[in-house]
Amino acid sequence: MILAIASGKGGTGKTTVAANLALAVSSDRATQSGAEVHLLDCDVEEPNAALFLRPAIQQRHGVGVWIPEVDFDKCTYCGRCAEVCQYNAIAVVQRRVLVFPELCHGCGSCTLNCPEDAIREKLRVSGVIERGWAKGPVCFAQGILNVGEAMAVPVIRQLKQWVIPKKTDRVLVILDAPPGTSCPVVESMRGSDMVLMVTEPTPFGLHDLRLAVEVARDELGLPVAVLINRDGVGDEGVDKYCEAEGIPVLMRIPLDRRIAEAYSEGQTMIETLPEYRQRFVKLYQRIMKVAGQ
Amino acid sequence: MKQLVVLSGKGGTGKTTVAAALAHLVSQETSIVLADADVDAANLELVLNPTKLKEQQFMGGKLARIDASLCTACGTCAEVCRFDAVIAGDESYGIDELACEGCASCFYQCPAEAIYMEEQHAGQWYRSKTRYGPLFHAHLFAGQENSGKLVTLVKHQARLLALDADARLLIVDGPPGIGCPVIAACAGADLALLVVEPTISGVHDLKRILGTTEHFAIRSLVLINKADLNARRAQEIESFCASRGTVIVGHVPFDVVVTEAMVYGQAVTAYCDGLVSHALRLAWERIKGRLEE
Repeated sequence: MILAIASGKGGTGKTTVAANLALAVSSDRATQSGAEVHLLDCDVEEPNAALFLRPAIQQRHGVGVWIPEVDFDKCTYCGRCAEVCQYNAIAVVQRRVLVFPELCHGCGSCTLNCPEDAIREKLRVSGVIERGWAKGPVCFAQGILNVGEAMAVPVIRQLKQWVIPKKTDRVLVILDAPPGTSCPVVESMRGSDMVLMVTEPTPFGLHDLRLAVEVARDELGLPVAVLINRDGVGDEGVDKYCEAEGIPVLMRIPLDRRIAEAYSEGQTMIETLPEYRQRFVKLYQRIMKVAGQ
Repeated sequence: MKQLVVLSGKGGTGKTTVAAALAHLVSQETSIVLADADVDAANLELVLNPTKLKEQQFMGGKLARIDASLCTACGTCAEVCRFDAVIAGDESYGIDELACEGCASCFYQCPAEAIYMEEQHAGQWYRSKTRYGPLFHAHLFAGQENSGKLVTLVKHQARLLALDADARLLIVDGPPGIGCPVIAACAGADLALLVVEPTISGVHDLKRILGTTEHFAIRSLVLINKADLNARRAQEIESFCASRGTVIVGHVPFDVVVTEAMVYGQAVTAYCDGLVSHALRLAWERIKGRLEE
């Protein structure tokens, strides 16, 4: 079971839900109600799950984009590489070839099209991926985009390729997605079995929830369900929307200053309010039902 | 004309609330133009209730398409694609539009010339009228790429009008994160206002967004939102900012009036004249001083 946790709007509680669900399900793994848990923090621009799970990192390596490197002994400055590049990442000006690494997507088209076989590729590191264990035990992994870098997608892609196990029955893989609805979110959700949307019952929460549902359900064809966080604040909009769209609401977490204060110190809800452990195990059972597993 | 961009790194810290309040406060003093640079999940329109004056299509990058009548199912496209975007079939292959990055590698390698590149209608952008001034905003369609390009377009249009109308300030409401759309939102800014909350994630993410604005040599000011949620973390932000020579322009207390104002579609400073509004007024006085430096 691969579960993506998304929201559209930022700051609705994706990471809180991901961390608590991971802890609850992994500690129950010996019984029918639990599973082996992997948590991947795919919000590589601002990864925060480690602040709550405090994993011991055991492996890490640099990732990024394979950019062209020109062998000037072979290059005839024909300009074919610049002609095929869709990102203006390589230019040929008289007898010079300029590479603009931050524009390169690493597609390899220049290498394939060079008639002189004069292009090799080298890895340009734009982030790191790392993994280890957190208590639970939770198999933890995260990607971290280097500050000043624009492209989150290559880091997310390589994180998922590295860590997600081939067989995922009796295993829960949680993907903590970034906010928004564009390419990093799609890259995070791709290949999952279901998306849990964490939202808050406010006009901003609802507006962005609709957009996130468009991505997950309408574009990717995935089953979606909703978790309402800070229930009680705001208005009825989210409830009405879920009812009209037939989207199940699997859990409600009330607006509770104790939860917000615990969060501010990096404490999980399960640590602060132990009654939530059972509630997150129940959430997992409901998720499995929605995903048809 | 000066340009102020509101950023946060972490989502949900109150960027849009602050941007809307500034729009209200500043428009009482001078003429402004507004740009919503969160094109994934544009929320400023929910507060400002704009009247659309002009709507235009945003054409994003190109995507590959396969003409099934020419495809011989040789599999070359799948071999060269590095984005997992080719869907294999018995008689002809297809393209996964959400995975395709438009690199055209398959287009150049296809021996049957069955692949063509097609420009995508990736979103809409708008020029609107609001009670505080003109607003430029956009909607990137679900799952599309090139959000940075759309942010650049929206800002460019806003800037042109601001120069034309001799507006004194362009306020840009930025997206969360530190990647491509954030970098696009930052470009050309005279000052960045970083809205941060006193939580363990807020502190972590502030360091990354401040690293990003410093990387692009943009002066930054910090506004602590929900400042009374955790006094110790607020203190940590203050010490960190002091060590970096970054000025803190205000402490906005946690108050449900912020959510109420959102529900009623009002800028919080126009909705209620309490502690939150007082803090925001004070912050604007300080920002104004810095903008004039």
